[in-house]
Amino acid sequence: MSRPDWEVVIGLEIHAQLNTASKIFSGATTAFGAEANAQASAVDIALPGVLPVLNKGAVERAIRFGLAIDAQVAPKSVFARKNYFYPDLPKGYQISQFELPVVVGGQVTVRVGEGDAAYDKTITLTRAHLEEDAGKSLHEDFHGMSGIDLNRAGTPLLEIVSEPDMRSSAEAVAYARALHTLVRWIDICDGNMQEGSFRCDANVSVRRPGAELGTRREIKNLNSFRFLQQAIDYEIQWQIERIEDGGRVEQATVLFDPDTGETRMMRSKEDAHDYRYFPDPDLLPLVISDEWIARTRAALPELPGAMRARFEADWGLSAYDAITLTSSRDAATYFEAAVAAAGDALAKPCANWIMGELAARLNKAERDITDSPVSPTQLAALVARIADGTISNNAGKKVFDALWNDAGSDVDTIIADQGLKQMNDSGALEAIVDEVLAANPKSVEEFRAGKEKALNALVGQVMKASRGKANPTQVNEVLRSKLGG
Amino acid sequence: MIEASLKDLAAALRAGTLSSVELATLFLDRIDALNPSLNAFITVDRDGALSAARAADARLAAGTAGPLTGIPLAHKDVFCTEGVRTTCASRMLENFVSPYDAHVVSQLKAAGAVMLGKTNMDEYAMGSSNENSHFGPAKNPWDASRVPGGSSGGSAVAVAARLAPMATGTDTGGSVRQPAALTGVTGIKPTYGVVSRYGMIAYASSLDQGGAFGRSAEDCALLLSAMAGFDPRDSTSVERDTEDYTRELGKPLAGLRIGLPKEFFAEGMDDDVRAATEAALEQYRQLGATTVEVSLPNAKLAIPAYYVIAPAEASSNLSRFDGVRYGHRAPEYVDLADMYSKSRAQGFGAEVKRRILVGTYVLSHGYYDAYYLQAQKLRRLIAEDFIAAFTHCDVIAGPTSPTVAWPIGEKSDDPVQMYLQDIYTIAVNLAGLPGLSLPCGTGAGDLPVGLQLIGNYFDEARLLNVAHGFQQATDWHRRMPAVG
Repeated sequence: MSRPDWEVVIGLEIHAQLNTASKIFSGATTAFGAEANAQASAVDIALPGVLPVLNKGAVERAIRFGLAIDAQVAPKSVFARKNYFYPDLPKGYQISQFELPVVVGGQVTVRVGEGDAAYDKTITLTRAHLEEDAGKSLHEDFHGMSGIDLNRAGTPLLEIVSEPDMRSSAEAVAYARALHTLVRWIDICDGNMQEGSFRCDANVSVRRPGAELGTRREIKNLNSFRFLQQAIDYEIQWQIERIEDGGRVEQATVLFDPDTGETRMMRSKEDAHDYRYFPDPDLLPLVISDEWIARTRAALPELPGAMRARFEADWGLSAYDAITLTSSRDAATYFEAAVAAAGDALAKPCANWIMGELAARLNKAERDITDSPVSPTQLAALVARIADGTISNNAGKKVFDALWNDAGSDVDTIIADQGLKQMNDSGALEAIVDEVLAANPKSVEEFRAGKEKALNALVGQVMKASRGKANPTQVNEVLRSKLGG
Repeated sequence: MIEASLKDLAAALRAGTLSSVELATLFLDRIDALNPSLNAFITVDRDGALSAARAADARLAAGTAGPLTGIPLAHKDVFCTEGVRTTCASRMLENFVSPYDAHVVSQLKAAGAVMLGKTNMDEYAMGSSNENSHFGPAKNPWDASRVPGGSSGGSAVAVAARLAPMATGTDTGGSVRQPAALTGVTGIKPTYGVVSRYGMIAYASSLDQGGAFGRSAEDCALLLSAMAGFDPRDSTSVERDTEDYTRELGKPLAGLRIGLPKEFFAEGMDDDVRAATEAALEQYRQLGATTVEVSLPNAKLAIPAYYVIAPAEASSNLSRFDGVRYGHRAPEYVDLADMYSKSRAQGFGAEVKRRILVGTYVLSHGYYDAYYLQAQKLRRLIAEDFIAAFTHCDVIAGPTSPTVAWPIGEKSDDPVQMYLQDIYTIAVNLAGLPGLSLPCGTGAGDLPVGLQLIGNYFDEARLLNVAHGFQQATDWHRRMPAVG
């Protein structure tokens, strides 16, 4: 997708639904999936005379976010009314923040790409502000009319706005993923993209390198990372082709159609609303004390960026491993528990087992790591037994199987019961080696003639004769000494 | 009995010489007889009133009655009342029945007051004459060809004509004080934030404040005590302990410093109003008060500032009346935009539309800074003027309205003339201060003149006593119009 003669400029606006029990300005529940309008209170329906009261839990979550991205938490911010008519907007205005948002600035460093081509990129944030969600218009099953469901109306949102810092869809997706990880990490949003708890709007423009910013088009409501990538890539290509064909990009809001993979115009700049923002006289300015910020900061968990750096520095993990293990707080917690049980020296094999066997099995079973049948201490015991030579890596997989299937809970018992212990008795091993050498003169001859591969065949024979219990490294050593001697 | 004070009514009820049902019936019968000519009530709830009166009688019998238990009351039709329609005097809400009670309504229910019905008003509280009502104008009981003032005209008429011993109102730019003045009753608008706005249909949220009408300052003090108090459902409600607003009544006025804003006395008020006002001030001096000239240099900017801020907030507050969930919906329309425009065109009256248009304009991109932000700056300057003035005086006094009640229709084609009626009252709302109007004399045609008293923030108890002291020495508040 990337073309050296064009530079792509992307900024994201992400709406994260805050996981408060009740709505931002009413006491109604925010639970998903109830019967239409069952969760809309008088305030949510905007009956005459009702007034909003700010949910402190939503503010608390905004503060948490601000601290997590190293932003300024505004000591005073203001709720404003964004005025427009729409049937699922019951008051005829949305309460949002305009001139003075609760979170200002901040940055997030993300890893973009894979392997040797991977690089770190720091994205600067403009702001994050609190606002209420609208309801939903339902256009089916109403015989030519529209239905309105106000259950979602008043659900708290944190709108997170980035600077136009991203230069490719890959960077945009990496940033969106990092925020998705972060909001779940600090427990302010459940991150459920299917239910719309985390949705992205992408502002995309293209320009010749070094030129002024091009005219942007905004792609609305992308609710998966795949769609985000596809939509941006389509939009980039569309804009480049349009300009190269002698046309111009006009400012517009577009929607992405996952079925066609294309974006289409929703409204042009001419149709843009004049929202007539003004401070909401029903709500006092939001004042956040230093004490509240300090208390929130003290309760914050270690953040993924810091944890990633620590994994790399203390345990010698690669950037890739450290990022993978900090992709969720649950994975990181699991990993740390395993290392705590196995010891620092075994951090790397613990990481390998978690990212390899455990991840594959969890994925296949569609289970969450918090729900893993194999506990971190069990995994640590398994890793330790491989490391001290008690069992081979292959036997380790059998132990893992047993733990997964609940065929046993103690690693050492499983090893004993299944007879997986490696042969560490050098006398017995030498006897087997002697037998194998006697039985395979051809291979011996070949090896002596300089064919390294012949040794592998002999190792295989010894392993087979030992019924897998011989330690392959030890077998190698004994064979070499006998053949060389 | 229709002349008795709230205190005397409460005493009679407690003594058992009168039942709440008898009292309610007395007033309901007066309403039946007089409302057709005065049009003070939009809705009368006889059944509800009698049922509440029976409950009050039970409380009186059980000895658990409070000072207002069993006393009839009228609510301005801007307060939501569960089960009784709340129209805001608009076609838009002609058939709207609220599923909940406003805070003020539930407070007074809890106090045992007996609601007789809902009173007429200017549509959505926008107006100074009560002519902007979908249900027709309320009439001034002193001269039924004249306006009673507005927007709480129906409540003022109800108390003036003794259709109810007390009534609630709301005051955004003078809507309690001005009709009180024009009908010869006492009305108080407390400090912004004292009375919860929950369930009070919003006109201009930063200015709207619930208030009380009574035939005396003492009655207003009793009613306000039951209405006021912190309500967590209104974020602008002030978190203060509940107050007994009668607590200062009877304190002597000797030594009281009354500030007279020179701008209020310079020009603009009619001679008869001036004469009555001067006479009232002389009365205060005789009671031992001193008068001192103060200045409110920015007060003249109150009307332009108000007519930017109030319509701006109104344009947004009234957006919820879109015909989607409740209220009037046009019977025929072709699409969504057509439904909105027809429903609102049919549902709102001319003055409401005018203010929505003005408000939409001043908030528009490119005009916001020039109008809305400037108006907010003026608002701060006006408040600072009052704060400075209160370093020289305890209360401020002046006329409530520049004229006595005028003939119905006289100003209804000239909105600016109408807006100027609020010249003395509006600054008080912009500053958020408490204000009160009490009858202080008569002008041309023997029509009532009101004296406005303005207090410092949360100084309602003193303000009420200053009015009470005057009423102890004079009889203006006892005059009753000849209405049968």
